[in-house]
Amino acid sequence: MSTYRIQGATGEWEVVIGLEVHAQVVSKSKLFSGAATAFGAEPNAQVSLVDAAMPGMLPVPNRECIRQAVRTGMAIDAQINKWSRFDRKNYFYADLPQGYQISQLYHPLVGEGRIEITLDEKDPEGSTKTVGIERIHVEQDAGKLMHDQHPTMSYVDLNRSGVALMEIVSRPDMRSPAEAGAYVRKLRTILRYVGSCDGNMEEGSMRADVNVSVRRPGEPFGTRTETKNVNSVRFVMQTIEHEAQRQVDVIEDGGTVVQETRLFDPNTGTTRSMRSKEDAHDYRYFPDPDLLPLELDDDFLAECRASLPELPDAKRHRYEGDLGLTAYNAGELTAEVETAARFETLLAETAKGQGKSEKDVATQVANWILSIAPGVINALGSDADLANNTPAANAAILAMQAKGEISGGQAKEIYEIVLKTGRDPAEIADAEGLKQTSDTGAIEAAVDNVLADNPDKVEAYKGGKDKLFGFFVGQTMKAMQGKANPQVVNDLLKQKLG
Amino acid sequence: MTELTELGVAQIRDGVASGDFTAVEVAEAFNANVAAANDALNAFIVATPEKAIEAAKAVDAKRAKGEAPGKMGGVPIGMKDLFATKGVQTTAASHILEGFAPEYESTVSQRLWDAGAGMLGKLNMDQFAMGSSNETSHFGDVVNPWRAAGGGNAGLAPGGSSGGSSAAVAARLCPAATGTDTGGSIRQPAAFTGITGIKPTYGRCSRWGIVAFASSLDQAGPMARDTRDCAIMLEAMAGFDPKDSTSLDMDVPAWEANLSPDMKGKRVGIPREYRMDGMDADIVKSWEDGVTWLRDAGAEIVDISLPHTKYALPAYYIIAPAEASSNLARYDGVRYGLRELPDGANLQDMYAATRSAGFGAEVKRRILIGTYVLSAGFYDAYYTQAQKVRTLISHDFRNAFAECDVILAPTAPSAAFALGDKSDDPLAMYLNDVFAVPASMAGLPAMSVPAGLNRDGLPLGLQIIGNAFDEQGVLNAGLAIEQRAGFTAKPEKWW
Repeated sequence: MSTYRIQGATGEWEVVIGLEVHAQVVSKSKLFSGAATAFGAEPNAQVSLVDAAMPGMLPVPNRECIRQAVRTGMAIDAQINKWSRFDRKNYFYADLPQGYQISQLYHPLVGEGRIEITLDEKDPEGSTKTVGIERIHVEQDAGKLMHDQHPTMSYVDLNRSGVALMEIVSRPDMRSPAEAGAYVRKLRTILRYVGSCDGNMEEGSMRADVNVSVRRPGEPFGTRTETKNVNSVRFVMQTIEHEAQRQVDVIEDGGTVVQETRLFDPNTGTTRSMRSKEDAHDYRYFPDPDLLPLELDDDFLAECRASLPELPDAKRHRYEGDLGLTAYNAGELTAEVETAARFETLLAETAKGQGKSEKDVATQVANWILSIAPGVINALGSDADLANNTPAANAAILAMQAKGEISGGQAKEIYEIVLKTGRDPAEIADAEGLKQTSDTGAIEAAVDNVLADNPDKVEAYKGGKDKLFGFFVGQTMKAMQGKANPQVVNDLLKQKLG
Repeated sequence: MTELTELGVAQIRDGVASGDFTAVEVAEAFNANVAAANDALNAFIVATPEKAIEAAKAVDAKRAKGEAPGKMGGVPIGMKDLFATKGVQTTAASHILEGFAPEYESTVSQRLWDAGAGMLGKLNMDQFAMGSSNETSHFGDVVNPWRAAGGGNAGLAPGGSSGGSSAAVAARLCPAATGTDTGGSIRQPAAFTGITGIKPTYGRCSRWGIVAFASSLDQAGPMARDTRDCAIMLEAMAGFDPKDSTSLDMDVPAWEANLSPDMKGKRVGIPREYRMDGMDADIVKSWEDGVTWLRDAGAEIVDISLPHTKYALPAYYIIAPAEASSNLARYDGVRYGLRELPDGANLQDMYAATRSAGFGAEVKRRILIGTYVLSAGFYDAYYTQAQKVRTLISHDFRNAFAECDVILAPTAPSAAFALGDKSDDPLAMYLNDVFAVPASMAGLPAMSVPAGLNRDGLPLGLQIIGNAFDEQGVLNAGLAIEQRAGFTAKPEKWW
């Protein structure tokens, strides 16, 4: 449970948050027309007669968009409504050619579901919370107005007009900016696992309407405000921080919070009023008479369910339980679907290459994926050609390291060369002399020399100065030009020092 | 040789196929009639003689090569201006779409062209199909070619909304025309002009490319001189269209081939609720004639009840305007059609100016009604209640069709009235569709056939309502009446 509180002049306040997230559905064509949906096309290049609302044009539902929304609903353990219906939401605006948005008010496609969020990323098991999902419905996106193309006129780009959105409506279950942030991140992760939304917030593929109210702990809900179209996790959190504080200030100054729609200004991190309830549109919702009710059969639902991948929570539990990874590593590996995919590919290659079980190599692979490899890639910057970053090359490096042929440092050096050149890791190790020796004879000679050269330190170590062990290791490695297998060095030193 | 413009669809099709005359000769004859009559009747908003000739030439060329000229091969028709026709102005008789030439062809019109029909022009109509007299058109009233005996030369309404269609067919400007019927807009004008028109089951004809009025009610259908001609043309118009989600995914029956006036074993229902106090005596008489004719054709006559009939019209005038208020929101001056942009106008000003100037009074009235009934706080009291009524009306018909095969009723409560008679009284105007609206609300096939003339020498129509998908039963009953009514009257040419 969150104990986030606003400290007001008159005492503590609790924040209540609900989110409506609009997620653009991944599909080749729009919700009710055959026009394409790719981002970044020339204005009005992806507009059908339906999208432009020409006279006599009719919407026809796109099966793939419905399928994606159903799969999303299944991924959050939600009720899938086999009978749903589209409604028209009527209002005039230049980016809305029909004069109405086709949405689902009365009978949404997806009903109640839930998402489990993790409040501490370092300790995913430690503090979790379930956020209720009220519904998911599908609807059309609007077009876009461009105000910077002409001195006195605004232009309209209808490429986005009619693109399918899922509106994912949470219960007012969140109590802090951190919880809301964790919810948006988790939702994004799930959507990207399912493949129903690319989760790209910069391109507007995911935007949130943030509902915020404040109350004294334990009292009924206060009046809420809705801040529209917030397009990053950070901005969602800022919106809540600012809006909650503003509401507390209003109430403590003797005022009342007005139910209204607000806008977030990313430049100032504040919100401002857009329109109050009195000015709110009367959307005159009614069932769209151009469309029949949407009825889903069992075969369709079964196909949707069968097509779902392993979801992030299940994956995380498997990584911990079956692979023996730490909760932190499991959480990190499953946060992005691409990371998990890379991990699993490399895990399989590595286990095969080393002739071991996946569990035996899982920690090595996890450390490589999460910290070592990203470190090298980041250090190289644009010098790294990620096309060279193949699972086979990574697995080869890990295998050499596991066999003791190369040290951790050498692994990084080889990886660096692989990324720059695409050369074969084994060939690099040979050609560049990036191998460590496990030749006991050579190492033993070096150890003997070090001990012989430092009789005083040997004496001191035997007298109880344990810390000198590192000194002997260092001297031996130095004598071996860093290419000795540290494990062999350790073993020999321990043996000779008694 | 008979005058070509006296011929109907079947006769033209067969005559062209057998080489009695060419399609071009037919097209030229009708083009000439259109040109000669249109100033007086105002049935066409745009004449397209070149389109008619072009299609006719293609049919003649096909025939010369020994190819089948098509179901409607060589038949020139009029196209209601509600159908989008590629490159030809399509306005729904509204100023707001004046000059709009779509880049697409409606499914129904395309099917007709594919079947060998040609276009004589775009027919006048009530604006956005809202009206029962063709007086709401931005392009002026259509005048009914019929005149009342002893009624002077007062212009009569041709009915509406397909008033251009009905007037043009009755006056022999075209052998057939397309109509659309939302709450009687094919049947009532057919009755007012002594022609035949059928609204098929909702979903038979694709709505794709038809300017929408009330989507859950709009249905296209043919208007022609007799039942056979309607059957032929409906076959060409109907069929599943994946571009219309409400389109029926069913094969089109061979209506023409299965036409039969034999009513033996058929039960004809007479709905007692359609017999109203103060009903016009001539209407009652024609209804009784219809009963006699169908009994003569072998049918059993049964008394039936449609108890919610009286709620149909009020519910219709909630549902249809509600849908219209939303369907017409796209006419906003942003993308096509009229744009009124006063000096210094912002977006809201542009909307207001464009829609104020572009829509006629009746269209505005219905947008206002529709907006009102969908408003927060009124929705349940009006729209939800009207939908419940609609369901009850469907149940009425379902129960009735357990007892009968088709239903016989008058098409309209009166014969054609004078232009201007009801134009100041919307409720009186709306009442004209009292017999037509219930079948629309239930999505059922219904047709009007001429039944005779009233005391003023004006035509009256009888309506046959069938069960869903049973256009054949409707057409057959229509044919049985047609053969016995012997309706051969036509308007005296005065134009």
